[in-house]
Amino acid sequence: MTRLTLDRLEKRYGAMLAVDQISLDIPSGEMVVLLGPSGCGKTTTLRMIAGFIEASGGDVLLDGQSILDLPPYRREMGLVFQSYALFPHMTVARNIAFGLEMRNTPRAAASQRVQEMLRLTRLERLADRFPRQLSGGQQQRVALARALAIHPRVLLLDEPLSNLDASLRAEVGRDIRLMQRAAGLTTIMVTHDQDEAMAMADRLVVLRDGRVEQSGTQEDLYERPATPFVASFIGRSTMLEGTLADGTVGVESARLALAGRYAGTGACTLALRPERLRLNGAGAGRVDGVVELASYLGPVRDHLVRIAPERHLLVREPTAAAGRLHDAGDTVTVTWDVAAERVFDQAGAPQAELS
Amino acid sequence: MNVRRNLAGVLALCAVAMIFLPLLLTFYLSVFDETLIVFPPHGYTLRWYARIWPEFGAALRTSFFAALAAVAVSLLIGVPAGIGLARYRFRGRDAVATMLLAPLTVPGIAIGLGIFVLAVLIEEHTEWAISGSLALMVAAHVLITTPWVVRLCLASLANHDAAAEEAAASLGARPLAVLWRVTLPAMRSGIVAGGLFAFIVSFENLEMTLFLTAPGMTTLPIAVLQYLQYHIDPLVAAIAVAQVVFVGGALMLLDRHVKLAQVVA
Repeated sequence: MTRLTLDRLEKRYGAMLAVDQISLDIPSGEMVVLLGPSGCGKTTTLRMIAGFIEASGGDVLLDGQSILDLPPYRREMGLVFQSYALFPHMTVARNIAFGLEMRNTPRAAASQRVQEMLRLTRLERLADRFPRQLSGGQQQRVALARALAIHPRVLLLDEPLSNLDASLRAEVGRDIRLMQRAAGLTTIMVTHDQDEAMAMADRLVVLRDGRVEQSGTQEDLYERPATPFVASFIGRSTMLEGTLADGTVGVESARLALAGRYAGTGACTLALRPERLRLNGAGAGRVDGVVELASYLGPVRDHLVRIAPERHLLVREPTAAAGRLHDAGDTVTVTWDVAAERVFDQAGAPQAELS
Repeated sequence: MNVRRNLAGVLALCAVAMIFLPLLLTFYLSVFDETLIVFPPHGYTLRWYARIWPEFGAALRTSFFAALAAVAVSLLIGVPAGIGLARYRFRGRDAVATMLLAPLTVPGIAIGLGIFVLAVLIEEHTEWAISGSLALMVAAHVLITTPWVVRLCLASLANHDAAAEEAAASLGARPLAVLWRVTLPAMRSGIVAGGLFAFIVSFENLEMTLFLTAPGMTTLPIAVLQYLQYHIDPLVAAIAVAQVVFVGGALMLLDRHVKLAQVVA
């Protein structure tokens, strides 16, 4: 049971701040996903926790004790890499036993632990194979078993699913989640893939340019994004720059009636969720437009609606919902209610909704 | 399409012929029962092979021990150098890399002459008898064998994921344990191939070694050259065939062990 705390953790490269005072408190057993585009500092943060990169400032604490002075081999972190990083000259069983050997675990206990890990990761039949004889999904399960065999205090996952096919991704992701839960392991996973992040996390931390942009549950981030960046990075949003006045937003020649009421005025960014917009529906938010493209995608139908010469809204309706696939050129009204919209002021802060 | 494929086949055949025809002819010559090479021979014999050891035994031994020593020293230098160059970024890294690989680009005659002159200069000032010593020859061979070891070690690490070393560290392996249990095993094929190439390069070297031999300490290629100055008989062909068989056999054995094409490509 380990609580992991990052206290104003910082990494400078010359004048460049790769990680800018990240603070994070992860209670025992929680799985936190650091999510962000490449270069946002998520991998640097993970590597500072593992001890491969020296921090320039701040602290990393396990149960209140700083571990920054410990070399990687004393930190007792379980690491899983994007590239699996198995030892190519050792069998699956030897790979899993490696950490136990390094700890001088008595042979009987070590072999028992290896058997246990093989069973948990469904690798018993592959124990004597070499990594090159395994599929990507199997290799990553070996890497997971190897990391967990030593009873690490914290599990660190560096893009663990990125090298896998889409079908394996879900399967290995589930394995990771189940084993992490069962072991009650405090875990940090790093990824740039928001679907992966949403599926795996107890809590998400969105990073951008070395800073925490927003942290919270999946629902927090999706329903109440704190910045335009989060609105477009978590789920999908159409972003429109415009002017807010009298409950409407002017975007070039178009005027969008908002569903909610906001106090501010002036320049703003309006974020609209395509899957919460409807054509000719009942919501209070509305704007007129012309269908430019329509596609039937099975579970959903997409309409690209032109609301101004250079401005388009994507509307994604479930095919089970009322309505039909329109033809290009049809005049429609895009409608929505308050949960579809988010208004940010010029500085990127969300406008509070007046009740 | 068909024409092109046929052409490729013909070219490949030509290449194979160019490589193996001289070898076949050499083998053919080596069994002539003649003291001068005349054609057609009066008969065939294997007696030339029996004369290899009495004639060239001493030179063979010198070559063999010099090559073994050169391999040992160049592995001691080349393996750590390969690891350092592949895994770390440091000031002067490019300079070190260039220096370690540079001897490949300098003609052997130039290196040999340079070493000889240097040795004579040192002798004049210190009275250490180093020219014509086995140690000097080994040192010179190390100069031309080390680049091969470094190159092959670098190649073997280029295919190896540095994350494996980090994984080992996170599992509790101290730096030396990481090196011994993860890095060196990953380099095995490179080390074996590098050692073998170093051996062959040293064993076969002629032009540089010309300057470094002394009475009673001659390597095989030079002994063969000297022999050729006075005799033209099938013995030279026999020793050539023996050498090809020896080196070819070693390469084949090695290829079973590690895929050479992977390491050299």
